[in-house]
Amino acid sequence: MGRLALIGRLAARDLRRRPAQAGLLLIAIMAATTTLTLALALHGVTGHPYQRTRAATAGPDVVAEYGPPGTGQPSQPSQPSQPSQPSQPSQPVTPDARPLIHAPGVTEHSGPFLAASVLLRAHGIAVSVLAEGRAPGRAKVDQPLVTSGTWVRPGTVVLERTLATALGVRPGDAVTLGGRRFKVAGTAVSAAQTPFPNMCEAGCMTSGGGPGPGLAWVTPASARALARQAAWIYVLNLRLTDPGRAPALAAEFGQNRRLTPAASLLIPWQVVRNADGLLVADEQSVLEPGSWLLGLLAVATVGVLTGGRVAEQARRVGRLKAAGGTPGLIAAVLLAENLALALVAAAAGLAAGWLAAPLLTSPGAGLVGAPGAPSLTPSTIGLVAAMALAVALVATLVPALRAARTSTVVALADTARPPRRRHALIAVTRRLPAPLLIGLRLAGRRPRRLVLSMASTTVTAAGIVAVLAFHAMSDAHRVAAASGLANPVATRDGQVLAVLTVALIALAGLNAVVTTWATVLDTRHSAALTRALGATPGQVSAGLSAAQLIAALPGVLLGIPAGLLLYKVANGSGQLVTPPAWWLASAAAGILAAVAALAVVSARAGTRAAVARTLQAETA
Amino acid sequence: MSETPASETPGSETPGSETPGTPVVRVVGLHREYGREAGLVRAVDGVDLEVAAGETLAVMGPSGCGKSTLLHLLGGLDRPTAGEIWLSGQRVDQMSERALGRLRRDGVGFVFQAFHLMDELTAVENVELPALLAGRSPRAARRRAAELLDRVGLADRASFLPSALSGGQRQRVAVARALSNDPLVVLADEPTGNLDSEATVDVLRLFEELHEAGQTLVVVTHDARIAATADRLISMRDGAFVDETRLTGGSSGQLGALAGLEG
Repeated sequence: MGRLALIGRLAARDLRRRPAQAGLLLIAIMAATTTLTLALALHGVTGHPYQRTRAATAGPDVVAEYGPPGTGQPSQPSQPSQPSQPSQPSQPVTPDARPLIHAPGVTEHSGPFLAASVLLRAHGIAVSVLAEGRAPGRAKVDQPLVTSGTWVRPGTVVLERTLATALGVRPGDAVTLGGRRFKVAGTAVSAAQTPFPNMCEAGCMTSGGGPGPGLAWVTPASARALARQAAWIYVLNLRLTDPGRAPALAAEFGQNRRLTPAASLLIPWQVVRNADGLLVADEQSVLEPGSWLLGLLAVATVGVLTGGRVAEQARRVGRLKAAGGTPGLIAAVLLAENLALALVAAAAGLAAGWLAAPLLTSPGAGLVGAPGAPSLTPSTIGLVAAMALAVALVATLVPALRAARTSTVVALADTARPPRRRHALIAVTRRLPAPLLIGLRLAGRRPRRLVLSMASTTVTAAGIVAVLAFHAMSDAHRVAAASGLANPVATRDGQVLAVLTVALIALAGLNAVVTTWATVLDTRHSAALTRALGATPGQVSAGLSAAQLIAALPGVLLGIPAGLLLYKVANGSGQLVTPPAWWLASAAAGILAAVAALAVVSARAGTRAAVARTLQAETA
Repeated sequence: MSETPASETPGSETPGSETPGTPVVRVVGLHREYGREAGLVRAVDGVDLEVAAGETLAVMGPSGCGKSTLLHLLGGLDRPTAGEIWLSGQRVDQMSERALGRLRRDGVGFVFQAFHLMDELTAVENVELPALLAGRSPRAARRRAAELLDRVGLADRASFLPSALSGGQRQRVAVARALSNDPLVVLADEPTGNLDSEATVDVLRLFEELHEAGQTLVVVTHDARIAATADRLISMRDGAFVDETRLTGGSSGQLGALAGLEG
C-alpha cells in the first residue's frame, strides 16, 4: 500500500506541477471519448420512440398500397421511387381489399383510404406529398396522433410533423395541395409510414421526386377531389395476430395474386421502423469513423505530449532514481499520471456524449416524444474506457520505459538521447540557405519525432479529406434533389459533420502546436547555440517551421488517399467519392499553411528566452 | 560624451582588424538584475569597462560574482537592465534580436566551459557552421575550417565526432569555431573549467597564440594560470569590479612556469 500511495502522490504532484499539459492531454482524450460515446449511444436509439409511437397510434402491422390497375410492379423498398403517375389521371377505383382483410392471421384493419400524390406548396417551397383521405372519426388501425392543432376537418390538412417542421409550417398557416388552398389544422405523427423525407425508404408507389414525399391527411372528399387530377393509391392498414410474423406474411400475401393484385405493395412495420432509424444510421456512419479519426489524433497528441514530458522530466527521473526509485516505480508513476487523466477523460467523454446524443436524434420528430438520452450500457462504458486507457497506455509505454532505462547519471545531467548523425543530410544542407540548413538538420536529429509529426498530419489530412468527400457527396444529392427544400437528413448529417470537422481541426491544431512545442523544447539547446553562433531568431523560427513542414508534406500527401479510402469504408456503399481537385489542393495547402503558421508561433515563443539563460540551464 | 548613433547592423569593418589601442569593447554603468524586491539579485552592478583592440582581459572572481553574466551581456546573449554596451563603436544593448544575431555572427566568437559543440557534427563541420550561417560558400567555409583546425593542432581530427575527442581537443575545436568568422572579440567563459591539467595547458597555449596574433580576448576564469597570460586582470565580487591589475602579458615562459610544466 505504501508503494501505491507513493506512486499516487508522485503522479499527483507532477500533474499539479504541469496543469497546462495535463489539461491538453485531457482535452485530447476527451474529444475522442465523447465522439465514440456518441457513435455507440446512437445504436438503436430510435427503437423505443418508434414502439411508443406504434402504441400511441394503433400502428399497423402491415400497410398495403394498391395502385391503379395496370400501373405495373410497385417500386421496391430502399430504392428511389419513380413517379407511377399514369399518362392520364384515372378515376379512383376502390380496390377489392376483402381477400386481404379476411386472410389468415389478419385480425383488424382500417381503410382502404384514398391517397393522392400532389404537390404541396408552402412558403414558396414545393414538395411532393401523399394526401391521404381520412374521416374525422378514429380508425381502429393507424390513427395518427395529433401533436399540435386538431385533426382534419373539411378544407383543412394535417401535416406529418417532420414535414411541417422542415417546411416551417404551423397550425393556422395556409398551404396549397395540388393547387387548392388548405388551412393547416394541425400536425400529427404516425407509425404507418416513415417520416419525411424517408417515406420511400420503406417502399411506396407514388413519389414526386425530391427529398420527399411527405405525408398529409385531408378529408376523404378532399382526397377524392385531389385524386381527379393526380396519381393516386389506396392504403389499407392491417393488424395481425402475430406482429412478429409481419415480414413473412407480407411476403406471402404479396406473392398470392388471389389476395393482392399485381399493382400493390405490402410493407411490414419492421421495415418502417428500420427506415425510421435511417437518420440516426446516417449520423452513425459519420460519427463512427470520425470517432476513430479523433482517437488516432488523440493518440498522436498524447504521444507527443508524454514524449515531451518525459524529455522534460529526465532530470526528475534522475532524482527519483538517485533517491532509490526503481525503473518499475518510474514507469508506474508516468503510467499512473496518464491513466488517471485517461479515466477522467473517459468519464467526461461518456457524460458529454450521453448529454449530446439527444441533440443529434431530435429530428426524429416523426415519432412520439424525443428519443431522450440513450442508456449507457456496460459495453459502451467499457469500450469508451478501454479506448481512453489504450490511448494513454500505448502513448506512455515507450517513453516510460525509455525514462526508466535511462542511467541515473545521464538522467541527472538531463542529457537527451544523442541526436542522430545523417551524413548525407549534413552534406546536402551545407549548400542551403541558413533557415533550411537549420530546419533540415533539426529534423534529421530526431527522426522519430519527425515520423510522429508525419503520422499526426496524415491523420488530420485523412479526416479533412473524408469530410470533403462527404460534403461532395452531399452536394451531389442536393443537386439531384433540387426541390428547394432542405433534406432534414442531409441537414443533420451536415451539422454532425460540421461538429466533427471543427473537433478534428481543433484537435489537429492542438496536435500541431504540441508537436512543434515539443520540437522547440527538444531543440532549445541547439537553437540557442545556433543563435549564439550568429543565427537570427527569424532564421531559427523559419528553420523550426521548415522542420515541421518537412514532416507535414508527406503526411498530407499520404492523408489524401487515406481520407478517400476512409470515406469509402465509412459510407457503407463502398463507393469511392473524389472531391473536386481544387478542394483537395486547397485543403492540402491550408493544412501546410496552418502547420507552418503554428510552428512559427511556437518557435517564436521558444526563441524569446535569452540565449545565455537557455545555454546555462542546459548545463547547470 | 559623443555617442555614435545606434545601428541595427554591425560595422562594415573587417572583424578583428581594429587598430591596437582602440577600444573594441566599451561598457558604461552596466547593470543586470534578476528577481524583485526581497529576491532581487544584482548580478552585474554598475560596471564600467574598456577593452582595447588586441588586448587580452581576464576577469576573475568567486562563483556567482557575475563574471559569466558580464560576458553574456558583452556578447549580446543577454540584455542589461541598465547601462550601455558598445562594440566597435556600435551600441549593442539597444539592438534588435536580429541585429544581435548578426553581431554575434560577424563580430563575436564564443568559447564556453561546456564546449557546446553539436554532437552530430564532426570537428570540421562544427567549425564551419558559423561561416555557413553567415552565408559563406560551403567551399570557403570548409577551407577556413580546415585552416583553423590546423591552427589549433587538430587537422588530423577533422572528421572526428565530438564524442571521439578528448576534453582538451573539444575545447580547441570550440576555439577554432569561435574564430571562424574572424571576430572582433573572442569571449571565453571558463574555457579550462572542464579540462585536466594537460588539456588546460594546450588551451592556454592556444590563447597565447591568439593573443600574440592580436586577437582581442575577454576570458572569464577561475584559473590563475590563464589569467596570468592576460594583459590586464580584473577581479569581480558581488557584481562589481573590485580590483584591476596590469600584467606584463603572457609568455610561454610565464605560462610554463605557472603550469609547472616548463623551465
